[in-house]
Amino acid sequence: MAKVLMNGNSAIGEAAIRAGCQCYFGYPITPQNELTEYMAANLSRRSGCSFIQAESEISAINMVFGASVVGARAMTSSSSPGISLKQEGISYLAACELPAVIVNMSRGGPGLGSIAASQSDYFQATRGGGHGDYRTIVLAPSSVQELADLTHRAFDLADAYRIPVVVLGDGMLGQMMEPVEYAHEAPETLQVRSDALRGARGRPSRIVKTFTSNPADLERINWSLFRRYRLIAERETSFDTFLVDDAELVVVAFGIAARIARGAVKTVRAAGLRVGLLRPITLWPFPADVVRDSARKVKHFLVFEMNMGQMLEDVKLSLEGAAEVAFYGRPGGVIPTPSEIARVITRLYYQNGLRVDR
Amino acid sequence: MRKVYTRPALLKRAVFHYCPGCGHSIVHRLIAEVLAEMKLGDRAIGIPPPGCSVFAYDYLDVDMAESAHGRGAAVATGIKRAYPEAVVFTYQGDGDLAAIGTAETIHAANRGENITAIFINNAVYGMTGGQMAPTTLSQQTTTTTPYGRDTRLEGYPVRMSEIVAMVKGAAYVERVAVNSPANIRKTKRAIRKAFQTQLDGLGFALVEILSPCPTNWKMTPLESWQWVDKVMAVEFPLGVIKDVTGGEGAA
Repeated sequence: MAKVLMNGNSAIGEAAIRAGCQCYFGYPITPQNELTEYMAANLSRRSGCSFIQAESEISAINMVFGASVVGARAMTSSSSPGISLKQEGISYLAACELPAVIVNMSRGGPGLGSIAASQSDYFQATRGGGHGDYRTIVLAPSSVQELADLTHRAFDLADAYRIPVVVLGDGMLGQMMEPVEYAHEAPETLQVRSDALRGARGRPSRIVKTFTSNPADLERINWSLFRRYRLIAERETSFDTFLVDDAELVVVAFGIAARIARGAVKTVRAAGLRVGLLRPITLWPFPADVVRDSARKVKHFLVFEMNMGQMLEDVKLSLEGAAEVAFYGRPGGVIPTPSEIARVITRLYYQNGLRVDR
Repeated sequence: MRKVYTRPALLKRAVFHYCPGCGHSIVHRLIAEVLAEMKLGDRAIGIPPPGCSVFAYDYLDVDMAESAHGRGAAVATGIKRAYPEAVVFTYQGDGDLAAIGTAETIHAANRGENITAIFINNAVYGMTGGQMAPTTLSQQTTTTTPYGRDTRLEGYPVRMSEIVAMVKGAAYVERVAVNSPANIRKTKRAIRKAFQTQLDGLGFALVEILSPCPTNWKMTPLESWQWVDKVMAVEFPLGVIKDVTGGEGAA
């Protein structure tokens, strides 16, 4: 199909419908309302599909839980404060090994914070988020096209690994408009997952539950979850690089910050600085091996995030001291310009006496 | 000799963990009987949230999906919307439905979700050891109202059925009890009607069941059965609270 101009939030909605999303349950919060509105306008009219504006974020995620129990592709979305409320449900989804897609168009925090774009939910997204020992796959798009592509991928990953998948965008990605092209048409018929609970017809009754009174049984369940997480880490880790081959300094950034950093890298390259960009696309699983391997040639890293340094911890854990790591962050919803990041890179580059091409 | 009383087909061969005199096992049996009589055993999906009856899935031989505390009506909504052929019921306690799950319950009722809520009111949090519930009676002693519930500080017993009945999407709300053979028969009729309301697509159905908890009430089973009549049913009057189903006994 031809490219269409869409804002990021709507692009997610369209991608979800094309991925066969049957149920969307949401609750208004800025800056993701266009997604809820898109689903109200477009999903609710589709045969067999359901849209509900729930009474709370907690209800919305639990409706997703119910829809997933009976085998439907189901989704909810919110922004940071609302995502905090959904954590209870995400923990239960993870425990029941139920697929679901949760979109976080994150905004400044803590508390009610600001409605401007921020990346301060990295810890919450990549460490499980709710109570208990679990992970969710976390995808971090950096363009409207990628929002669409990764939303579709999120549904596939969720089903393949029976796991909740978080699409971690931000208010800027959600609001900005870019051309999008969709590779898939919406399916003619909705798929029902093979392990769905659909009533005990022609088979013994089944139970979906999380409570496990015997700690030894729960330990086995935790081990089983983590074996799957290890498999996901082996197979599904994804990242992107830009001009890293001869780089003396590598900027590590995700999502919209990587978009800003890319502009900055181009600027400093024009001035003869050998700088590249490494962009994790899966924040969990984090591309730790890629970061670690790049330290064989590169001894200087700059982590840039729109927060106070959260992915920074994963970069340091990956490097295990093998290289110097600097950090630059802008929290609260402030969006730095590429020239600001270019200045930060340039200063760090010269301070470390790295080679400049004249 | 004709067999007149046996284990219902939809009740698993398991020994109830419930305390002697507890109402849960009676209500489990009634649900199993009704679902079998209505031939809904292969369409039913039950939702037991945390509470003594979270283990309902160990007894009821139908598909069951445990929900988080209080979220039964939201989970039921998701199930019913995604798979309307399912016959969906929640099995919730008073803390679950009338405290932490108040919003989920009222809004599911208001949307007229075609689900059936079985609401066990025993005036305490049972599983956690007998703390004050929203339905704990005035002056009633619990582990968190050791001097008796003081309504000036702890509020009044919540009449959740009356609240739900005010909501337009609620089609059928009745309060019953399981403290005597006659009341048990009425309870079975109410459960049947609540499932029929769902089958007819008429909206939200709620059956509140006053249920004895002798262990946490610190009574003998017999005393607890009498207390339901003498004390609980005064605060929570039995009978049909709302019925717009147009069926038998409809207002």
